[in-house]
Amino acid sequence: MMVILLKAIMISGRTLGQGASCEAKMSPEFFKATSFCTLSEEDYRSLGISEEGNVLVRTKFGEVVVSAKKDEGLPPGVIFIPMGPWANAIVGPETGGCGTPQFKGVEAEVEGTKMPVKDVRELFADLKRTGGEAS
Amino acid sequence: MAEDVLCPFCGCLCDDIKVEVEEGHIVGVKRACKLGSSKIRGHERTKAPMVREGGELVETTYEEAYDRAARILKDAKRPLLYGWCSTVCETHKKGILLAEEVGGVIDSTATVCHGPSIIGIEEKGLAGSTLGQIKNRADLIVFWGANPAEAHPRHTQRYSSNSSGMFTPEGRKGRKVIVVDVRETRTAKNADKFLLIRPGTDYEVITALRMIVAGKGEIIPEMVAGVAKSDLEEAAEMMKAARFGAILFGLGMTHSRGRYKNVDNALSLVADLNGFTKFVVMAMRGHYNVAGFGQVCAWETGFPMAVDFSRGAPYFNPGETAACDLLAKREADAMMVVAADPVSNFPRAIVEGMAEIPVVQIDPFPNPTTLLADVVIPSAVCGVEAEGTAYRMDGLSLRMKKVIDSPYPTDEEIVQNILDRVRRLGDDN
Repeated sequence: MMVILLKAIMISGRTLGQGASCEAKMSPEFFKATSFCTLSEEDYRSLGISEEGNVLVRTKFGEVVVSAKKDEGLPPGVIFIPMGPWANAIVGPETGGCGTPQFKGVEAEVEGTKMPVKDVRELFADLKRTGGEAS
Repeated sequence: MAEDVLCPFCGCLCDDIKVEVEEGHIVGVKRACKLGSSKIRGHERTKAPMVREGGELVETTYEEAYDRAARILKDAKRPLLYGWCSTVCETHKKGILLAEEVGGVIDSTATVCHGPSIIGIEEKGLAGSTLGQIKNRADLIVFWGANPAEAHPRHTQRYSSNSSGMFTPEGRKGRKVIVVDVRETRTAKNADKFLLIRPGTDYEVITALRMIVAGKGEIIPEMVAGVAKSDLEEAAEMMKAARFGAILFGLGMTHSRGRYKNVDNALSLVADLNGFTKFVVMAMRGHYNVAGFGQVCAWETGFPMAVDFSRGAPYFNPGETAACDLLAKREADAMMVVAADPVSNFPRAIVEGMAEIPVVQIDPFPNPTTLLADVVIPSAVCGVEAEGTAYRMDGLSLRMKKVIDSPYPTDEEIVQNILDRVRRLGDDN
């Protein structure tokens, strides 16, 4: 099957749902509020994904599976992921000499996927604790 | 019922919240937005202090947790003390003392938020105001890369576009609103003029506006960053025609390509506009007391964030001494996180740096930072269970109230306990 690949600029930012659940990050509410990506109607259709389907978003810094939603306010070619661990899986660490990483304006590729969205524990499960315990 | 409670969520620090308390528990919150109400009502808490043993976090006593935290900081060569946005200034003061004591680096969440704005402001200077002045006088509000409808839900009603004040009795009807953004946000839907710009072109658009304001519009091409010149000319005219204009900018400006230079340029636009009328500019600060850390740190050390004490005197060089830089370069060899969640909010590549070093977490709530922490110390929620001073986004200092008692110690008490132990450990190791 041919994979449809969308090139886009990814931005991350706050939403009401993200803010309302950001002190409860291990909760299902936070997962629901931050593990998705919004696309313009045109981009959403071009990917040929089913309603509430998942997308794989890939940048040169990493990749992440999130669910996809339409947002009529987005212009084609721009995708949005609420700030949080899913967005931060693919943003850039470079700080441009001012200490602040690249949270907005990251070049990304998006494609439909059948892979599931990882929950917050699964996202960090591969990080091995190598510090700390000796003390 | 507790009246006039301050909201411990965003930089608006709304001070008119009503909290209903029954038998020591919060049962209702009035007037707060969805964000504030959610925080004041409360979430799942970390129940007891924990330390990591055999890869698992196990409950322990506060005494043991303080000892472990002190030992981690004392043993480190380059400890990083990070966070501070969701706690009060009294904690900041102790944290800075602790950073100095251990010769570490102290940095706040501004570093992943309005940090570049602060640098831009230091470069250029700021024509500022209070939110009260904007409410009472501004007839033009420009939201640039800011979406208060989602991030500061009561801002427009209380302080800016939709508020009614002494010289702005008509509220929204008497004001003009311009929104500049890369997408049509809910805030943009409330605008008289919306400029949809391409991502990463803030600098170009600001420069074009400055040229038009300065009467040099003839050198501007017909399209700038996806915006028609005629739209820019109309926006520039609205700005010059205002009696009192305010640019309120968000992370859309300061996190986009150009970062602090975008802010520097926006401040210059405001300086230019002051040649024609009265214009002010303000960063839409995120957490309720991230601005307070900048204040305390500046008066204690001379710098607003990313302060390195390893040389014996405060040293500040974001890009070198900011939290993300230290972790990305694997320079920090221990980290204490207070009232923040860097594992969620830092890029993955930087979080990987945290996984390699001992991490101490002081926070009321479990979050992804807990997953990587070696010592977890639960604290009272400032503004609900502990009082203290916080700074609103316009620099106004306000006193946070304590509404209910808490079984948990305050952040201030916890940091003081760790500081006492670090001092007792002395220089003999």
